This record gives sequence, structure tokens and C-alpha cells, in this order.
Amino acid sequence: MTDTGERGPSVLSRLLRAYGMLGVLVLLAVFFSVATIQEQQPGGEAAARSVARQLEGTQLEGATVVIVGRGGDEDARFADTLAQRVRERTGVVPLVVTGDPAEARTALGRLAEQGVTRCVIATTQASAGVVRSILEQLPALAGARVLIPASYRWPTFLLPENLRNVANQIAVIAILAVGMTMVIVTGGIDLSVGSLIALAAVVTASLIGRMGGEGAGTAAMILGGMATMVLCSAIGAFSGVMITRFKVPPFIATLAVMQVASGLAYIISAGRPVYRLPQSFVLLGRGADPVLGIPWAVLLMGVLYATAHVLMARTTLGRYIYAVGGNAEAARLAGVRVAAVLLFVYAACGALAGLGGVVMASQLRSGAPTYGVMYELYVIAAVVVGGTSLSGGEGTIPGTLVGAFIIAVIQNGMNLTHVESYTQKVVLGLVILGAVLLDRLKQRGMRRRGRSQGSGG
Amino acid sequence: MPPPGSESAVPNAGAPLLRLEGIRKEFPGVLAVRDASLDVRAGEVHALVGENGAGKSTLIRIVTGAHQADGGTVELNGSTARWPSPLAAAGAGIAAIYQELDMVPALSVRANLFLAREDAHLGFIAATEERKRAREVLTRMGVDVDPGVRVGDLEVAQQQLVAIARALLAEARLLVMDEPTAALASGEVERLFGVMRELRGRRIGILFVSHRLDEVMAIADRVTVMRDGATLGTWPACELTRERLVELMVGRPLDQEFPKVHIAPGLEVLGVRNLSGGRVRDASLSIRAGEVLGIAGLVGAGRTDLARLIFGADPVDRGEILLDGRPVAIRTPRDAIRNGVCLLTEDRKAQGLVLGLSARDNFALPNLDRWSPWGWVRRGKELSEFERFVAGLRIRVAGPAQPARDLSGGNQQKLLLARWLERDSRVLIFDEPTRGIDVGAKHEIYLLINELVARGKAIVMISSDLPEVLGMSDRILVMHGGRVVGEIPEAAAATQEQVLRLAVG
Repeated sequence: MTDTGERGPSVLSRLLRAYGMLGVLVLLAVFFSVATIQEQQPGGEAAARSVARQLEGTQLEGATVVIVGRGGDEDARFADTLAQRVRERTGVVPLVVTGDPAEARTALGRLAEQGVTRCVIATTQASAGVVRSILEQLPALAGARVLIPASYRWPTFLLPENLRNVANQIAVIAILAVGMTMVIVTGGIDLSVGSLIALAAVVTASLIGRMGGEGAGTAAMILGGMATMVLCSAIGAFSGVMITRFKVPPFIATLAVMQVASGLAYIISAGRPVYRLPQSFVLLGRGADPVLGIPWAVLLMGVLYATAHVLMARTTLGRYIYAVGGNAEAARLAGVRVAAVLLFVYAACGALAGLGGVVMASQLRSGAPTYGVMYELYVIAAVVVGGTSLSGGEGTIPGTLVGAFIIAVIQNGMNLTHVESYTQKVVLGLVILGAVLLDRLKQRGMRRRGRSQGSGG
Repeated sequence: MPPPGSESAVPNAGAPLLRLEGIRKEFPGVLAVRDASLDVRAGEVHALVGENGAGKSTLIRIVTGAHQADGGTVELNGSTARWPSPLAAAGAGIAAIYQELDMVPALSVRANLFLAREDAHLGFIAATEERKRAREVLTRMGVDVDPGVRVGDLEVAQQQLVAIARALLAEARLLVMDEPTAALASGEVERLFGVMRELRGRRIGILFVSHRLDEVMAIADRVTVMRDGATLGTWPACELTRERLVELMVGRPLDQEFPKVHIAPGLEVLGVRNLSGGRVRDASLSIRAGEVLGIAGLVGAGRTDLARLIFGADPVDRGEILLDGRPVAIRTPRDAIRNGVCLLTEDRKAQGLVLGLSARDNFALPNLDRWSPWGWVRRGKELSEFERFVAGLRIRVAGPAQPARDLSGGNQQKLLLARWLERDSRVLIFDEPTRGIDVGAKHEIYLLINELVARGKAIVMISSDLPEVLGMSDRILVMHGGRVVGEIPEAAAATQEQVLRLAVG
């Protein structure tokens, strides 16, 4: 049982299988980080810290400190943080000027009139030009020092805003990929998820529209979203019944449902986007939690992945899903209710597609029948790149998360490096092909190992 | 020295078309054919008979190019021959008519007749010409089949005749048929024999394998008997009787490789009354605690089908199943398992294990409910149960995570057994428990069976290995054509001959 000599290679190959794609993701991240290194202008608190450091070497006694910024959230944080720092360190209360260049001109003009000579002006990179041009017209302030935050070299890819962007962009696909992973592990496929996104977006927007439209309350929005998920789950279960009861191949059953769902989305919306949604509805798709600034959609995605992983790895249902995909007949003869398991995965896949549609409607603050076109393919791609075998019985939820991120990182990285969208398609296609080839090679290696051991016994 | 009753006995038959001399074929771990020699003449029907596992199928696969011999010589028309593939054998004029007919059901009779040999010019098929030739050959054989019909729409018997017609079109000189009558009704058998006689008249040699000794006596000119991978000799059919054939096929004394223990049986655990469904007709049986009930019969006699009916794997048409004397409704394997009935399937890889899953997961599959409150798998308990059975059954496994695919046949069988013992099942149906398992592991399985009956389990053992059935059972049922055709109450006193006589119908 503890013969490590025999287990050695299998542990290595298991590590490679579990983390191979994670390695690819890390490599991609490193690659795009290096490729997008450029001068970054700090803003907000970071900019304030940079200027504060420069101020440390400056004599401020008797000097007037002016902080100039434009309007907006980021500059306000810059000004507030910096003003506080200066007050704490020197006791000098700085003059804060934010808003139009005209206001800066007025404020500085007043200082010149007052005969201020020793003057330190702190401003952001973006406002520095304006400040300098004002000073040229005010000879009284010729001796003023202008301090701007130091720029630094840093990958655009790794900027927090960009990373948040990547996560937000992949959220819908990643949510759908959870259900798709379960379906593919059973050896099936669900082509209807893209259409279900459109249907869900349209239905949820229409329902909320009925329940008050732009004035709808939180309860109405939650109710609308829930009802949509139930509907999509029922549609998934319908595919499941076709597959289990009538033995329609999953590809065909869900292909038909894909057409039906898309058609329904057009009928319900009369072919037009549904807009009447409350402003607060976008919280789900665009909002972020107030503490860490993580988008709600990403948090939701995280919760779903954790739940699904536990379900697949630690519950009887999860075991049955793998068993059905590995060998449905053997599972049946072991007493597994194969039809019930299949019904569950298709219903869950439908429900998650519905949730994805609600998130997308929230992101775009509307529901339109044109949403989600081709998404089934991106979702399948994420699952397959994540190491799930299309022949069933194999695959993990964390693997799918990695797969979804690989696709998101490639897309985002190519955007940042200005690869044109046509080329992006070619690259994505090749990546998917590469992942499947890897899977084939892995399987062939395994079968060869199985044979050599089999003949020995 | 020539074997008893060889060539000289049939002086008027044609020259040898095919000659096999000292053929040997080894598969990893198994010597399938040890020493086989026979010759088939032009214009004769030559039967090859023997018990299951005697090496007949392997031998004819060598003839048809599906296997390569490891030793010995093959001669065709007096010159040494060797064909690396079925295609090469077909090119040499040897046509195989297999049990599983190798035709494309969705294509027409004509398309199948000319498959890969199309009468085509620049890729365009000369349909009219093909149709004419197809009609010609079918008429010549006396077969009334429209060449335009889809092969899938034909009866099995007709499909077989089409397969033969295809061989004739390819100008085959030797037809090799494996159990050609297995799937046929008696009227159809007669028609097939008519065609075979007709071909014999055209100086085509026919080598065929059959379990049905009556048919062998009816159609064969000469008979070669195989036992334990070797040919015993060739006899003219007219010099043989059925009894003599059975004697030759069985031939060896029952050796003491079976450590059978006898337990005084208890009450009836499982009763089956007039069960019908699939191939099975009106089967009844009764088995008591501590008893091993052997089920013998030829391949296709309906033994596996009966097991699957009892286990709820296939739908039952009529009849009832009783546990402890009370009727139970078993509609799915799940029902059977909950009632303490389990099946160790004949095909471990396709119907037993989920090969890609770990040994532990395979062990746990039907038992998860036992240690998963609210669907939450308690892995500690699972692992300790697994290790208890690994130790108890002496399963050689690298660890709980080792994929089932990597285990040897014997250990796979023990793993499947472990999963049912965990449930404390009372009725264990073993379908071919030792197929593909080496001798040492076989013995261990026998010892396990002994342990199980000692603990009061009722065991049904289906086996094509006659010595095994005789050696390990208390009682034996013999099946033929989906029916239970006989019961041997004292397995220990029975002979293989007795069983085989019942089994061949």
C-alpha cells in the first residue's frame, strides 16, 4: 500500500494533470506582464504618497502649499490624502484646488496678488501642463516649485483595474462553465447555454419591467432573477428528459433546445432590447464590494466554484456524476440511478446559464435576444482547456476555472498588446486545439501504461 | 504416426486446399493454441469442435488472418502461406463468415456485396452491372433476396446468406464459418445447409466451428476435435457417433484443482419461478443458503440473460422472483442490490468497473449511501472500509487512488467482489468468475467462494469452464436455447459428458 516506488510516476503525472494548465495560465500571465511593461502614472492615494515622499526633502516653513487637481473621484482622493499627510507632518494647512483649470487659474492668481513668493504646488501628471502654463502668466510666482508624482515602470496587465476587468469579463462564461463541466463529465454536451443567456436576460428584464420597471425594488429584482433561473433550469431538465427517457443524443437534444430558446427570446422581446431596468440592478454585474473592491459578479463566481467543487469532490452525487461519465452501464449495474444523475446535471446547467443571463443583463442594464451568441462554444472551450475530457468521466471544477481564466487572459492580453480581433480568433482557436491535443496525448500515455501493466498481470 | 482415422479414410475427397501443421499461438499469459494440425480439402465440409476455450476460435482466426501464428506452418494449395491481415487472407481466397456479421447494416445488399470491390470507373459505380451480378450470385445460391434492400432490414439468416454470397463474388475457395447456426432457427439451418452442400459441389472447401453436435453429424464430411489448445485428430463423420464426439471433446479426468467444501444448506434464499424475458424462457431455480448453484450451457444458451433478469438489469416479461419465500419486485439493479442480490458481471471492464476511477471509488460506488449522511461522503470511513477489504481479500493494489484500469484481472475481480461483500449481500451471482484470470488467482477466487458459502451466502456460478462448474458447484442447472433443460442434483457425481449432452440440446 505504501510502495512509493510504484506510486512515484503516478503522483508526478497527477500533479501535471491537476496543475499543468495552471502552469500554462501562470506562463501566460508572466508573458503578458512582460509584454505590457510601460510607464505608469499613479493616481489617487499612490500619487499622493509619491508626492509626499518628494515633499520630505523640502523646507516647507513659511511656504504656501497648494494642491491642484481636476474634478473626479481619483483626484479628490489624491488631494485629500496628500493634504492630510502635509498637515500631519508640517502643520501647514495646504490650499486644495480641484475642478476646472479655470478654478486653478483663479486660485493661483489670488496667491500672486497676495504676494506669496515661496510656493510649492503639488499636482498630478495630468494637471501638470495646465499648472505650468498658468505659472508662465504669473511672474509673481516664478519661484514656485511644482511637484508631480513620479511615474514608474509596471505591466499594464498587472494593474488592479485590469485584473478586475479580466475577472469581470470572464464572470458570465465562468459561471456557465460550472454547469457545462458537470454535463461534460457525464459524457454529454449542452449546446443550449448561449441561447439560454439571451432568453434569461430577456425574461428577467421583462419580469422586472412588469414589477415596476425602473422603479422596481430589490425584492422584485431578486424575484425576477430567481424566476428566470427556475425557468432555465426547467428547460435544462427538458433536455435531460429527452436524453434519458427518449435516448436522444445530447448533441441533438440541446441543439434543438438552443434553437427553441433563442426563438423564444426573440418572441418575448419582440426582437428588441428590453431597457426598463432600475439603476440599482447593475450592482450585480458592475458593482464591487465596498471593502476589498472585488466585483460582486466575481464573488458570486467564486462562491459557485467553491460549492460546485465540494459537490463534485465530496458528495455522493459528485461521485455518481463521474461514474456515469466513466461507464454508464457499470454505474447502472452498481445501482446508480443514471437517469436521475443526468437529469440533475442538465437542470443545473440550465439554471447556471439562467444566472449567467441575469448577470449579463445586469452588466448591460438591458436584456436582448442577441446576447450570448456563440457563448456555448466559449464555455465548452473553457471546460476543455481546463482539462475535462469530452469523452466523459474526467475533469475538475478548479480546472475549469483555470481554463476560463486562460481564455480571458489570452483575450485581455491580446487587447492590451493591440492584436487585432481577427488574429485573436485565430489564436484562440489554436489554443483550444492545443488543449485538446494535450488531452489526447495524456490519454494515449495512460492507455499505454495500462496495457503494459495489464499484460504483466 | 498419423492420428487415428486420418486422410486415407476418405480416399475420394479432393486434394488438400489448406493445411495447418503444428500451429502454436500465445497471448500474454495464455497459451491459446498449443499444437494444432488439420487439413481442409476442396469440396468438403470440415467441422472443428471442442469445448469452450479449447482454442477453436483462435485457430480459425489464424486461418482468416486476424491472428498471426507464433509457430507451425500454414499451406495453401501445397505452398507455404502467411497472411498478415484479414484482407490478405481474403486476397488468397479465404473468406470468413463471422458470428457478428461484418456488414454495413445501413447499406443495401448490393452495396455490401461489392463493398471495397465496387465495379467502378473513375469512382462512378456501374450500378446496373453490379445489380446483374448480385442477382446472378443470389439466384445461383437459391436465395430470394432483393439486392436493393437494406441489409439491416434482413433476417439474420438472410444476412448470413448475403455474407456467403459476398464471399462467392470474391471468388473465395475456402469459407471459414464460426458458429454459423448459433443465431438461426431450425428451418433456416436447413436452408444454410442446402447452400453449404451446393458450395461443396462447386469444390469450395468449408471449415466451420459449431457447438451443435447434431448439426456437425448432419453436414460435416470430416471432423477435427480440439482440446486444451491442441487437435486430437481428424475423423470421417460417418465413423463417429455423438457419444464418441463428446467423449473426445471432454477427454480428461477431472483433476483436483477445485478445493470444494460442502456446507449443509439452509433455507431457500432465492427462488425464481417461470422467469421469461429477452432470450430466457420459463426459467425456474431455487437456491439455499450455503449452496453453490452452477449454471452450465453453451455460449448463447441464455445463462447471462437469466442472471441479468434476476438482477433487474433487463426487463422481465413474466415470472416472479422470491427472496426468503416472499415475492419481491426487482425492476432495476438498484432494487436487486437493496434486496441483497448482486451480480459480478461477465465483462468486468465494460459492465463492472469504471476503469478511469480509482480502486477506492469503484469499491465505494454501490456503497456510498452507507457512509454518506445527507450525501456527504465521509472519506475517513470510506478509506478504512476499503483497506479492511483490501487486506481481507488480499487485493494487490498500489493504493486507494490507483486507477482500476491498472489492476490485474484477478484483482479487478476481487475488487468487484469486495464492493458486494461490503453490502453484506446474500445472493452473489458470479458470471464467468475466472474468465481471463490466471491459475493462481483462480484458486484464490475458489477459496473465497468457499468462505462465502461457509458464511451462509447463496452463490450462483455461471461458467463455461465445465471442470470448474463440476468442481465448485453443489448442484448444476444446464441451459439450452434460453431454457433450463436439466438439473444435476449431485455435481460431485456428475461427468462433463453428462453436462455437455444436456447443453448441446
